[in-house]
Amino acid sequence: MNLKISALDYVQEVQNGNISAEDFIASTLERIRSVDEKLHAFLNVNEDALNQAREIDKKIKSGQKVGACFGMPISIKDNMCIKNSKTTCASKMLENFVAPYDATVISKLKAKDAIFIGKVNMDEFAMGLTTEFSAYGPSKNPWNLDYTPGGSSGGSAVSVSAFECVASLGSDTGGSVRNPASFCSVVGLKPTYGLISRFGLISYANSIEQIGPVTRTVKDNAFLLNMIAGLDSNDNTTVDNKNEDYLSGIDSGIEGKKIGIIKEMIADGTDPAVLSATKEAISKLENLGATCEEVSLDMVKYSVAAYYTITATEAGSNLARYDNLRYGYDFSLEGYEFNSYIQKARKNFGPEVTRRMIIGGFVPSAGHAGKYFLKALKVKNKLTKEINEAFKKYDLLLSPTVPVLPFKLGEKIDDPVALFLVDINTVTANLTGKPAISVPFAISNGLPIGIQFLADSMNENMLLQAAYALEKTVKLPEVPI
Amino acid sequence: MTKIGLEIHCQLTNLESKLFCSCKANYRQFDINENICPVCMGLPGSLPRLNQDAVKKATMIAMALNCSTPEKIAFFRKNYFYPDLPKNFQITQLNIYGDTSVGGSGSIMVGDKKIRITRIQLEEDPGRLIYEGNSSKNQITLVDYNRAGTPLVEIVTEPDFENPKQVREFLNILSDLLENLGVSDPSLEGAMRADANVSIEGGKKVEIKNIGSFHDLEKAVHFEITRQESLHSREIEISQETRHWDDKRKITISSRSKEEALDYRYFLEGDIPWVTINPEILQKLKLEMPESISSKKERYVSKYKIPNQVADVLSSDKFYSDLFEDSHTEANAKEIANIITTDLMGLVDTREKREASKITPKHLGDLADAIQNGKISRNSAKNALHEIVKTGKELSQIITDLDLGNVSDESELLVIIKDVISEEPQAVEQAKSNPQTINYLVGKVMQKTKGKADPKLTLDVLKKQIEQ
Ligand SMILES: [Zn+2]
Repeated sequence: MNLKISALDYVQEVQNGNISAEDFIASTLERIRSVDEKLHAFLNVNEDALNQAREIDKKIKSGQKVGACFGMPISIKDNMCIKNSKTTCASKMLENFVAPYDATVISKLKAKDAIFIGKVNMDEFAMGLTTEFSAYGPSKNPWNLDYTPGGSSGGSAVSVSAFECVASLGSDTGGSVRNPASFCSVVGLKPTYGLISRFGLISYANSIEQIGPVTRTVKDNAFLLNMIAGLDSNDNTTVDNKNEDYLSGIDSGIEGKKIGIIKEMIADGTDPAVLSATKEAISKLENLGATCEEVSLDMVKYSVAAYYTITATEAGSNLARYDNLRYGYDFSLEGYEFNSYIQKARKNFGPEVTRRMIIGGFVPSAGHAGKYFLKALKVKNKLTKEINEAFKKYDLLLSPTVPVLPFKLGEKIDDPVALFLVDINTVTANLTGKPAISVPFAISNGLPIGIQFLADSMNENMLLQAAYALEKTVKLPEVPI
Repeated sequence: MTKIGLEIHCQLTNLESKLFCSCKANYRQFDINENICPVCMGLPGSLPRLNQDAVKKATMIAMALNCSTPEKIAFFRKNYFYPDLPKNFQITQLNIYGDTSVGGSGSIMVGDKKIRITRIQLEEDPGRLIYEGNSSKNQITLVDYNRAGTPLVEIVTEPDFENPKQVREFLNILSDLLENLGVSDPSLEGAMRADANVSIEGGKKVEIKNIGSFHDLEKAVHFEITRQESLHSREIEISQETRHWDDKRKITISSRSKEEALDYRYFLEGDIPWVTINPEILQKLKLEMPESISSKKERYVSKYKIPNQVADVLSSDKFYSDLFEDSHTEANAKEIANIITTDLMGLVDTREKREASKITPKHLGDLADAIQNGKISRNSAKNALHEIVKTGKELSQIITDLDLGNVSDESELLVIIKDVISEEPQAVEQAKSNPQTINYLVGKVMQKTKGKADPKLTLDVLKKQIEQ
C-alpha cells in the first residue's frame, strides 16, 4: 500500500476501486505503530478506525452516497473536541477531559466521511513553537530526529510529513500551523480570521487564532479548506465565504501579480540558507510573470512584543476556567477553602503556560495596562493599517516562513526570548487577521525551508494559487523516515 | 443632604433563552444543574453565541429610560475567580473605553424629582451557591449552574435619591416599566436584585451589597440612613465601607474583611463581534416597543374621559391594562375601567390569584355592556365578577344560575312598587313636594328586589304612580 499519495489521489484511488478504505487505514495504523515510537506525533490513536473504514467500504460497495473524504485518515491536533474522546491540549490539566461534543470542523469532516486517525501532539495549550512544552513529551522532526518539528501544531506536521495520515488539522495563533509546516516540509495554512469556525477549538488567544489544514500538497490544502470553511452559528466571529471553491481555479498562475517582499522579515539574523532560498523563490516567481519588490512594514519590529502581550492577556482569561471544579483531573477538593483550592488545583499547568499566565495577569492589570496591553493593541491597529495599505499596492506579500532553520531539541527551550524571535515572520498574519500559507521550498543540509505568502482578507483563492504556482517549481526529496 | 444611588440587576425573565446559549432563561422550572450546556458551563472549546433578542430588549429598556444608545455596542470580560462563575470571567459591558454599553446617560421623573441614569449594561448572571452543613467546620458549598448565563440588565443611577420614599417610588415606576415592556416579571424571586450606596451630610459613602428584592432595598436604605444618622448624632465617624444586607435580620452588616481591591483586568470579548444598532434599527425597535405607561394614561384620560386617578392605576399595571386594551369599545371603556379598578383589583390582588383567575377580556366587555343596557345592576355585577374569576363561565350563564338579572318587566315591578307605596304613605306625600325623597322610595324597591330592579325603570314607574 502506497501511503505517500496525496489526499486527492487517495479519493481518486478509492473511488476507482483500486484501494479500499479498510486497507489504507490498516496500513496507516501499521505505519503509526512502526514510526511513531520515534516521532511521537500521536497522543492517542483511534482504536475504532478500522471499523469505521469497513463501514465506509460497505457504503461504497452498496452504492450509497459517500462523503468526499472516502475514509481518508486525518489527524487532529489535541486542542479540538471530538465527541466522547479525550481532548487534553497536551496538558496534565485536561488529562481526563472527555469532550461531550464535536468541534464544528469535526462535524463537518465527519459528514464528509473522514476518519480521525488520532489526536496529535502540541505544545501545552498551543503555547510554544517546538512541542517541547507538551506535558507528554516532544515530537521529533522526521527529517532529523534530533531536531524539533516546530510547533505548536508539531504533531500535525510530523504526522503528515511522515505519512502517518493524509492530512491534519492544526491551529495557528502566531504561526503554530505555518512554523511546523515549514520545519517539516509540508503545506500549512492560516486562513483569514473567521473563515473557519473555532467552535470546539480550545481557546488560547481567541481574538487572533484560527484552525488551519496541514497537508502534503497545496491542492490538498484547498480540498480540505473547501470542507471546513464558512459561516457557523456556533461561532459569532465566522464570516460568510459564500461557499467559495478554493480548488477549482487553483491553477490560475500568478502572471501579472504584484508581490511585496517584506523587508523586516528578511532582516539581520535571517539564516543565510533561508535568505538564499527566499531569493531563489523570488526569481522563480518572477519567471512565472510576477513582479516582486521590497516593501516595508515598520510595525513588524514591534509585532512579537505586541503578540506576546495580547496572547498572554487572553490566555490568562481563557485558561482561568481550568479550576478543576467541573472537569479536569483527579483531585479532591474537599477540605479546601476556595482560594487555596484554586492555587493548588492550577499547579497542574506546565512551566510555559504558567509563565504566560503570570504575564497575562500583569500586562492588562490596572496601572500597567497603559504601558503594555493597550500599547500592544495600538501596535496591532497600526500594523493592520500598514498591511492594508500594502495590499492596496500588492496582491500578495512574501517572506520566509521562519527566518531560521529548524534547530535541535533542547537548543532554545531555556531561552524564551530566542524562541520568541522565531515568531517574527508569522505573527503578523494573526495580529492583522490576514490569511497566510507556508509552502515547502528547499532543503538545506537535510533541513526544510518554507516560503510564506500573505494575502488580503478572504483572498484565500489567490493565496493558494500563488502557493500552488511556487510548489510546481520545486522537486523536493522525500522525508528520510 | 442624604444621597442615595442604586445599581439594579434585572433579569430578562421573559426571554426564551440565556444570553449566550439556548438553555432556558426561565431556569426556575428545572432541577439542579439540569438547565446547562457546554456553553453556559464554559466547557473547553465552547463559544458564546449572542442572543440578539436580549440586545433588543436591553436596548428597549435603555430607550424607555431615555438613555443615549451608541451605534455600536461591545462586550468585555470581567476576570475574577469565583465558584459560581463557570469561565472564571463574566461577559459584561463597559464604558471606560468610550460608550459601548446598551445605554448611556438618561433620566426618569419620579414625581417632581429627576433621577439620572448613569448607564445600562447587558451581562450574564452567574450560577447560584448553596451552602450546606451547620458548623463552619463541615460547611460545604454546592453550585447550581442553572442560572449561569441568564440575561441580566444592570441599571446604574446617579446618587440622586434623597430619601427611601423616592427610592420606593422609583422602584415602583421601574417595575411597572419593565413589566409593561414585557421584558421581565419583577415578581419572580431573584429577578430583581440591587446594590445601593448611601451617604448622609458630612459622612462618607457606604455601599450595601446583596439586596435580594426591591422590597428589601427600600428597607436596607432606610436602615442604613438611620444607622448613619445615629452614628453622626453621637459624633462617631462614618467610614467608607462595603456592607452586606442580611435579609433574615433585615440589617446591614460590615463586610468582615476589607473588600479586596480586585483588579478585573477588563478587556474586549473577542468571541462576540461588535453589534451595530444604527438609527434604522432603533426606529424599528421603537415601533416594536409597547406603548409607554404615560402615553397609555394620557390616552385613557383624553379619549375615554376616564378620571385621572383611575387611568393612573389602570395604565401602570400591565395585567390590568392588557385586559382593558383587549376588552373595551369606545362606548364601554369607562365602565370597564371602573369594573377593573373598583372590583377586579380587589379580587386578584396577588400573583397566585391572578394566575388562577379565569377572567377573559370578553367577560369584561359582556359585563360592562350588561350594566350599560340595564340588564344587571352594579351590585349584581360585582357578584357576577366574583363568579367569573372563580369559574370562567359565560356571563349569561352566571346571570341565570345565580338569578342576577334585573327585574325589568314593568308589570312585575309595578306590583312591588304598589306594595312600597302602600307601606310608606308618609314618604309618598313628601315626595310629591320634595323630589329628593323619591330616592328613598327607589331604595325601598331595591331592598325588596335584592338590588335587581332596573333603577331607571323603577324611577319612571314610581314617579308615574306617585303623580296619580
Ligand atoms: Zn447553556
